[in-house]
Amino acid sequence: MKKVIFEITENSPLAAGVYRLRLAGDTSGVTAPGQFVNIALPGLYLRRPISVCDAEPGLLTLVYKVVGHGTEAMAAMGRGERLDVLTGLGNGFDTALAGDSPLLLGGGIGAAPLYWLARTLRAAGKRVCAVLGFNTEGDIFYEDEFRALGCDVTVATADGSYGAHGFVTNALPDDYSFTYACGPEPMLRAVCDRAAGDGQLSFEARMGCGFGACMGCTRETVNGPKRVCRDGPVFRKGEILWAS
Amino acid sequence: MGELSVTLCGVELSNPVIPASGTFGYGYEFAEYYDINCLGTFSFKGTTREPRFGNPQPRIAECGAGLLNAVGLQNPGVEAVIAEELPKLAKVFCKPVMANVSGFSLEDYAYTCARLDGQPQVGWLEVNISCPNVHGGGMSFGTDPAAAASVVRAVKAVTKKPVIVKLTPNVTDVVSVARACEDAGADGISLINTLLGMRIDLKRKRPLLANGTGGLSGPAVFPVAVRMVYQVYEAVSVPIVGVGGVRSAEDVIEMMLAGATAVEVGAANLVDPYACRDIIAALPAVMERYGIENLRDMIGGAHG
Repeated sequence: MKKVIFEITENSPLAAGVYRLRLAGDTSGVTAPGQFVNIALPGLYLRRPISVCDAEPGLLTLVYKVVGHGTEAMAAMGRGERLDVLTGLGNGFDTALAGDSPLLLGGGIGAAPLYWLARTLRAAGKRVCAVLGFNTEGDIFYEDEFRALGCDVTVATADGSYGAHGFVTNALPDDYSFTYACGPEPMLRAVCDRAAGDGQLSFEARMGCGFGACMGCTRETVNGPKRVCRDGPVFRKGEILWAS
Repeated sequence: MGELSVTLCGVELSNPVIPASGTFGYGYEFAEYYDINCLGTFSFKGTTREPRFGNPQPRIAECGAGLLNAVGLQNPGVEAVIAEELPKLAKVFCKPVMANVSGFSLEDYAYTCARLDGQPQVGWLEVNISCPNVHGGGMSFGTDPAAAASVVRAVKAVTKKPVIVKLTPNVTDVVSVARACEDAGADGISLINTLLGMRIDLKRKRPLLANGTGGLSGPAVFPVAVRMVYQVYEAVSVPIVGVGGVRSAEDVIEMMLAGATAVEVGAANLVDPYACRDIIAALPAVMERYGIENLRDMIGGAHG
């Protein structure tokens, strides 16, 4: 973890209520796709955890959806403004588990952290299949960006307005070596039930600190209580316990 | 440079700043961020006889100048703390640590304190009779002077370490509880624990926290804490640890002027993991600005 002051270089809409925030500053604390950052916002007491969409030296890309006061405040910020950010939080995805042909499943804004994962896996020569699910056509983002990485991309919409009709689990390919998924919890549960073989899933949680101090985001797992922020947000498929 | 050291129940602290229980885990994880030996000490995560998962999600809600938590004393239990957490801490922290203990019965408190009494790393027992997030035990001991005194007697019977009793602000007369604890043999009083609060989710039209209520902490509670420390200082002669909404070196000194010998910092750690380190670093300059040569001269300084 590293505390960094970033400067906003871009904060632009990508889809309905979805923005891309680009931040210039020290990204050396960010070490793995699937990690997140925790952003201090003026007038709000707690920081806001946002997944890392992409990271390269000196430039951090976040894609976020406006869902409450914090993300509303983020959407109102402009170029040149500065943000106090805790970087490199959480464990991230383990790319060593991918096999030759990993499957990436993104639900809504959960597609964002899969982008850097896809880029990393493509750079390692993997055949990457990405299935991105959205509620409706207006919510879609990054379809072209995933394609530009050389991924085999399928987009599904719940209302059938674009691509395959249904959820990501209605558009699973026949053959894949490992599954990486990020999205709302009902989607992750369906992925666990329907995707074949092993996988890693990235969870959201209402966090206090974001770095393991407050025990605010704990969930029960087969290996005992785990903090989503520190022991996750990425958990192995066999580790997860679902609320009944 | 001014003198920062204070003495808490016979144990010297290099400075009065103490991360509060529940905001600093068992300490060693913060050692990845900075050398935690700069702290006076810290109060570790509230520990119970048996392991506890705590309350269902969500456990955290925000408000204008603070947060509500309903974690519910998640901890691995005293045996795992002794076997796993304290050895990890020993590698990164060379000072006595404050052991925060909770319970659901007098036997629980006595058992857990007796186990921790045998740990040389433990410098003080901070006995939490004020957790608002558990049902049975916790705060129910801290809202009645006689029940509070019974906990103190049960704990004092099993330990020679200084016993600091952590009080709840959710009472009409905190002074009577503090007096009862002192009369029962408490070596110190820490206050305040969190204030009972609630937020309601407009979308679901239900309480936001799964537990319904939660404990309010953060800058919002600072004036309440200062007032209660001030009142208790007038009534007891044992040292007081001031807790509640502290976020700056100025706040530390204000709390000491109210009557605190040492000062815990809680919610601020959750917003900035470096908060305590930075507060300690800022103290000398703030002392100089206010003409303070020795911090211990400030204890109770606001009382006429």
